[in-house]
Amino acid sequence: MIDHTVKSFDVELELLGRHISEMGGIAEKMLADAMDALAGLNAVLAQQVVAADARLDALQRLVEEETVAIIAKRQPVAVDLREIIGALRISNELERVGDLAKNISKRAAKIAGEGRIPRAVGGLKSMHDLAVVQLNDVLDAYAQRDADRAKAVWLRDVELDALEDSVFRELLTHMMEDPRNITFCTHLLFCSKNLERVGDHTTNIAETVYYIRTGKALPTERPRGVASAVTP
Amino acid sequence: MSLAATRKARSALAMGACIGSAALGLLALALILGALLWNGFTSLNLAVFTQNTPPPGATGGLLNAIVGSLIMTVLGVALGAPLGLFAGTYMAEYGRHAKLTMVVRFINDILLSAPSIVIGLFVYEITVVRIGHFSAIAGALSLALLVVPVVVRTTEDMLNLVPGGLREASIALGLPRALIIRHIAYKAARSGLITGLLLAVARVSGETAPLLFTALNNQFFSANLNAPMASLPVVIFQFALSPYKDWQNLAWAGALLITTAVLALSVTARILGAQKTMK
Amino acid sequence: MNESIPHDRVQETAHPLAPEGLAAPELPALPEKMSVRDLDFFYGDSRALKKVCVPLFDRKVTAFIGPSGCGKSTLLRVLNRMYDLYPGQHAEGQVLLDGENVLDPKLDLNALRARVGMVFQKPTPFPMTIYENIAFGVRLYEKIGKADMDERVEKALRGAAIWDEVKDKLNASGLSLSGGQQQRLCIARTVAIQPEVILFDEPCSALDPISTAKVEELIDELRQEYTIAIVTHNMQQAVRVSQYTAFMYLGEMVEFGETSQMFQAPKESRTQDYITGRFG
Repeated sequence: MIDHTVKSFDVELELLGRHISEMGGIAEKMLADAMDALAGLNAVLAQQVVAADARLDALQRLVEEETVAIIAKRQPVAVDLREIIGALRISNELERVGDLAKNISKRAAKIAGEGRIPRAVGGLKSMHDLAVVQLNDVLDAYAQRDADRAKAVWLRDVELDALEDSVFRELLTHMMEDPRNITFCTHLLFCSKNLERVGDHTTNIAETVYYIRTGKALPTERPRGVASAVTP
Repeated sequence: MSLAATRKARSALAMGACIGSAALGLLALALILGALLWNGFTSLNLAVFTQNTPPPGATGGLLNAIVGSLIMTVLGVALGAPLGLFAGTYMAEYGRHAKLTMVVRFINDILLSAPSIVIGLFVYEITVVRIGHFSAIAGALSLALLVVPVVVRTTEDMLNLVPGGLREASIALGLPRALIIRHIAYKAARSGLITGLLLAVARVSGETAPLLFTALNNQFFSANLNAPMASLPVVIFQFALSPYKDWQNLAWAGALLITTAVLALSVTARILGAQKTMK
Repeated sequence: MNESIPHDRVQETAHPLAPEGLAAPELPALPEKMSVRDLDFFYGDSRALKKVCVPLFDRKVTAFIGPSGCGKSTLLRVLNRMYDLYPGQHAEGQVLLDGENVLDPKLDLNALRARVGMVFQKPTPFPMTIYENIAFGVRLYEKIGKADMDERVEKALRGAAIWDEVKDKLNASGLSLSGGQQQRLCIARTVAIQPEVILFDEPCSALDPISTAKVEELIDELRQEYTIAIVTHNMQQAVRVSQYTAFMYLGEMVEFGETSQMFQAPKESRTQDYITGRFG
C-alpha cells in the first residue's frame, strides 16, 4: 500500500504494529513456559511466567494510549480505522492470553509438590500444542494481514474444543479411579479450561484480522463440532 | 560605498523626486484655488444671486446664468442618466458575454474621451441648424450626450463589482432576472451608482464648449426651453474675456460658484463611496 | 484426535460463510428523488464529467467527496442548471427529478430552481433586512398577507436554527450577522420557498467550528423533509452528515455507497487512498 501523505502517520502505525508483535511474542513465550512448568512441575519457571505478565500488561496499556492518540489526532477511516481498532482489540486478546498463561503457571506452582499422576498431563500437552500452533498461526496471519489464513485458524478452533472434551473425560476417569487424585486433577481441569479460553481469544484475533483485511465481520456463531457438547 | 548605503541613496533620490512632483502639483492647485477664492469672494455679493447679467458698465448678477445652468444640467442628467443606466445594466447583466457588449464598451470609451466641443458641434448640426435657432433644449441634449458615457461606465463597473455569489444565490432561489437586478444588484451597487451619477453631474456642470454651440447665451432671465439660455460656464467665458471690470468680477464669482458646487458633489461622491467599503 | 470430528460436518456448518460478499445486497431499493444518468459535462471543449451515474435518494443526505477539480461542484451545478448562466458550458445525458428530465431545454428554470434550492460556500445574504431576506423569495411564489408572512419568516428562521439569535433584530441588515449566522440565514431563505431538494456546495468551508457544528446539525434535521446533496472537502463532515457518499475523481464517479460502508471498507482502492490520505 502507498504511504500516507502525512509521513508521521505511517510511523505511528508502524510502531503500533511493532508493539502488537512484541505482545504476541511475549504471550506465546508465556504460554509455552506455563506448559513446561506444568509438565515438569517446575515452580521456578512458573514464577518467571507470572513475572513476565507485567511487561505484557504494560504493552497493552501503551497500545491503548497509542490508538487513542491516533484516533484523536488523525481521525482515521477505512483501512486505517480498521487497523487501529484491530490493534486495540488484538492487544486486549493477547493480554487475556497472558493472564490465562499466568493462571496455568500459578496452578503449576501449587501442584508442583504433589506430582500424583504425571501421565494425566499428557492430554493437556496436546491441547497446549494445538493452542500454540493456533496462536502462532493467527499472529502470522496478522503480520501478513492474511484473511484466508485467519479464517482457517478460526475454523480450526473446533478441534481444540473437541480436545478439551476428551481431556475432561480422561481427568474424570482419573478422579473416579482414585479420589486422592481429585485436587490434582481439578487443577488440571482448570488448566484445560484455560487452554480452551486461549483458543477462544485466538479466534477473536482471527476475526479481527479478517475484519482488518476485508472490512467484514465473520459470523457471530462459530461452527461447533459435535464433540464439543460438554461444557463444564 | 556599501550596498546598503547605495540603496539608501537611491531610495532617497526616488522619494525626493516623488515628493517634489507631488508638491509641484499641489502648489499649482493651491495657486489656482487661492486666486479663485481671493477674486471670487471679493466679487461675491447678494446681487450675484438676485440680479440678471448686466449690460456693460452696469451692475448686475448671475441669476439667469445660475438658473439656466441648473435647468440644463438637471435636464441633461435626466435625459442621459437613465439611458446610461440601462445601457450599463445591459452590459453587466444581460449581455455580459455578448459581442455587442464589447462593441458598446469600446465605443463608449471613445465617447468618454471625445472632446466636448465635438459633441457640441454634433448637436449644433442636428438641432440648431435644423430648427433655425439656439435653444436650451439643444444645450441639455449636448450635456446628456456627455452624461451617458460616464454613467454607462460606472454602472457597468459597479454592477460587475456585485459579487457573483450574490447573483448566483438569487438565481438559485429561482428569482427572475429583472427582479434580481432591481432589488438585489442595484441595491448592492447603490452607493457606487450614485457616485457615478454625481461624477457625471460634476463633469457636465462645468462644460462650456458644447453650450456655446447649442444654448448660446441669454442676457435676460429665461426659462423657455425653446429659446437660448444663459449658463454659468458660458457667462464666465464671455465676461472673463471682456474688457469691463464689472464683468470680470462677475466671472470670478461664477467660477467660484461652479468650483464650490463641483467640489461639494465630489466630496459627497467620496463619502458615499467610503460608506460602501466600510460595509 | 482430528478424526473425532466428522469432516463433512465441519464443511456443512461452515457453509453459511462460504459465499462471501454476495450476502449483502448492493444497495437497498429506496425511492430516487433525483437520478443522474450517463451525465457528461463540458466547459467549452474540456470534459469535466464523464458518464456520471448517481442517485439522490429521497430524504437522505448524499455527500460528494473527491480532490479539487474532480467535478463534484460541477455536478451539483448541473442539478439546478446553474451552469446555464455561463456560455460555453453544456451537459449531455439525463438528470431526472421525479422522473422529469432537468436538462430539457424547454424547462422553466425558475420553477426548477424553486424546487431544487442551493446553498453556497460563502454566505450570500441579500443587501436587505433579515426579514426581507426571507420574505423576498416567498413573495415571488405566493401572495400572502402580512400576518401569514410573519409566520412564514419565523418558521423558516426556526427551521434554520437561527430564530432565537435574530428574533429581536429582524429589521437589521442581513449583512450585520456573523458568518455562521449569515449562512444559516441563507439556508432559511432557501427553506422558506419550500424546495424539495437542497444542494449544499461546501457550506461550512468559510465557517468556524461552532458554526460548522450548527450547520451540520441543521442539515441532519432538514433530512426529515428534504432530499439533500452536499459537496464537502471535509471527510469527517461527510461521515457525520450523510447516509450515502459518492467519491469522484477526474470527472468520474469512482464509488457510490452507504457512508458507513464507504468509510469503513471502501470497495475501490482509489477511494481508500483518498479517504485515508494516501493521495499523490
